[in-house]
Amino acid sequence: MKKTGAEIFVESLKQEGVDVVFGIPGGVVLKIFDVLHQQKDVEVILTRHEQGAAHMAEGYAKATGKAGVCLVTSGPGMTNIVTGLADAFMDSVPLVAFTGQVSTNLIGNDAFQEADNVGISRPCTKHNVLVKDVNDLARTIKEAFYIATTGRPGPVLVDIPKDVSTDKADFKYPDKVNLRGYNPTYEGNKHQIKQAAEEIIKARKPVIYVGGGAVFSDASDEILELAELTQIPVTMTLMGLGSFPGTHPLSMGMLGMHGSYWSNMAMHHADLLIAVGARFDDRVTGKLSDFSPAARVVHIDIDPTSITKNVHAHIPIVGDVRTVLKQLNVILRSLDGNVNERKQQVRPWLNQIEEWKRDHPFKYEQDDKAIKPQYVLEKLFEMTKNEGIVATDVGQHQMWAAQYFKGKKPRTFITSGGLGTMGFGFPAALGAQRAYPDKLVMCITSEGSFQMNLQELATAAIYKLPVKIIMLNNGFHGMVRQWQDLFYEGRYASSDLGKIPDFIKLADAYGIPGWRADKPADVESVIKEGLKYKGPALLDFQIYPFENCYPMIPAGGAHHEMVLEDPPELKSGTAKKKNVEEEEGELPA
Amino acid sequence: MEHIISVLVENKFGVLARVAGLFSARGYNIESLSVAPTLDPTTSMITIVTVGDDRIVEQIIKQLNKVVEVMKVTDLTEADHLDRETALIKINTNTKPEHRDEAVRICDIFRAKIVDSSPTTYTLEITGDTDKVEALINLLEPLGIKDLIRTGRIAIAREAAKAVSRHNSQPAKA
Repeated sequence: MKKTGAEIFVESLKQEGVDVVFGIPGGVVLKIFDVLHQQKDVEVILTRHEQGAAHMAEGYAKATGKAGVCLVTSGPGMTNIVTGLADAFMDSVPLVAFTGQVSTNLIGNDAFQEADNVGISRPCTKHNVLVKDVNDLARTIKEAFYIATTGRPGPVLVDIPKDVSTDKADFKYPDKVNLRGYNPTYEGNKHQIKQAAEEIIKARKPVIYVGGGAVFSDASDEILELAELTQIPVTMTLMGLGSFPGTHPLSMGMLGMHGSYWSNMAMHHADLLIAVGARFDDRVTGKLSDFSPAARVVHIDIDPTSITKNVHAHIPIVGDVRTVLKQLNVILRSLDGNVNERKQQVRPWLNQIEEWKRDHPFKYEQDDKAIKPQYVLEKLFEMTKNEGIVATDVGQHQMWAAQYFKGKKPRTFITSGGLGTMGFGFPAALGAQRAYPDKLVMCITSEGSFQMNLQELATAAIYKLPVKIIMLNNGFHGMVRQWQDLFYEGRYASSDLGKIPDFIKLADAYGIPGWRADKPADVESVIKEGLKYKGPALLDFQIYPFENCYPMIPAGGAHHEMVLEDPPELKSGTAKKKNVEEEEGELPA
Repeated sequence: MEHIISVLVENKFGVLARVAGLFSARGYNIESLSVAPTLDPTTSMITIVTVGDDRIVEQIIKQLNKVVEVMKVTDLTEADHLDRETALIKINTNTKPEHRDEAVRICDIFRAKIVDSSPTTYTLEITGDTDKVEALINLLEPLGIKDLIRTGRIAIAREAAKAVSRHNSQPAKA
């Protein structure tokens, strides 16, 4: 029996095991929403903005490893998800975005709500397709999910014209895909892996540098085995956090611009870097010409374009991180049975790292007047035992969260790394919460980022997604203000957000309760109230607005040139800071 | 330096835009571009000539390989290859009386063909490597070139046996 394109669409999603679609209907996708409405297997979460739908699908994908799905209409529906597509493209998130398109006979006619969806999304998708014939629909959907989730994952856009959703065709979901030009390499080259093993055995100052690829490849067990077998310390990128237990003695936490002093020093002085699913991003490497000057580089990545893009790899290994590490560990076990000997060999190196850590730990000063953001996060992670899923927005709070987060499992730290999308955190948290309704999901955000997608409070309320919004509210675009303090003589050009809105009242308007902490003594009780409440809640922490995030590699600096605290002239207070205090008699909330 | 890149792709809409986009996104110009189906009508060969830093071109080639519809990428500059282009050149022959004869003589020397003729113009067809085409254009310029169109280059690798024998100093015969 023939089925309509809309029916084929929904059947195909079921075949792919999709249980939820985030989206908003519109003229050309009405038929698809109508079919979705009449079945129970695939839930539709109606968001308040298409950007929210795209980020929710990303949050779902990042939390589960499965493809996230969003469905939006043509024209503005599609252009509103472009930020989500670009974000997913940068962070290798498996996302399948379905967009409506005007009927095939109207394409190119400047029809109502027409946009060149495929053209607009081309540079920010892994692949995209306009389906011109309903007979191609099932195959295209199969290919879309396959491409999004294999190799280096990424967003795939499928553009469905209105008549394709109403036309009829025989439905048969293909068993497998046949793509001549797409065949990612999973197995690593044996010879190269052997060479890597030999380098590892020789190294005196090795570092394992883990990126987001390790999370998507599910390589945590293999990394743990590699580290313990060889006693090599592990540092993680922002995207790699959680792939190695943050509490493990060999964990050095995050590296890079706001990473730990000791991990950056280790990178600078290393004689061997084992890069695992990482791409040597500029926020990680700092000044390239001074990057790890003495290190040999082993680079394992499934994407050949990442290798020797920024930093030359002496031993490039193209392949799936998990598969390659399994192969590597087998060789290492046979080459080096004696763990104690290894421990002796790297002991001076680990001692050195320990010393760096002792000399310059993460630090802040908490008095009894103004709440320090680090204090809130430290308390939060302490009280939740690092067990929940954290989604962050972008800025100072994100870096503090990364510094203080010591999660034990992958897919528990969800953040926008490559694109740095403010407004990502809250919808991403909702997507993760939809994937795991019973887990504690926290959105660590700031008032600046939160306001970029706060309309999704409605989605949280209606679908009863109990995300805890942890808002570090400083009344500024904090990271911008920090750079203005450091590099623009404290002129706060367009970074002062003021005191509006009253977020407790705002949340209340959506039927979501909120608690506010104005002083350090309130912090613990507010966290407790929020965690106790069985639904979405907003916790507004009025933090000290001039706290800067350290340590920091200034732009153009190298790993060993970290700035550890405010320079003296800042400590004594900038002109602006004084003005604020004098004029208002209090700090902006 | 200059690179001649052959890209074997699925013969589908949108593929060329994706391939070209990898160049434009890096601020790289495509010097010439030629696209046509291969023996297998479901595939096309794109020949791209570009000038750029080797590192960036290497990155572009890797990126080209990642495009789902791209099946094979070859940087022909790295190997022994033949390249050709065709130009159609319309010249004025009525500025001076001797120009009409002069045009035919130049045409003969370059083994170009006159493919169209009017009382005041000739249209010439020339096929050859870029140096030859440009040499002809230079000679014809004094006559007055009315219009000129070039195909852009296509290229093919020379048969591998020759390349191997060049590197193999030992005589192959026993």
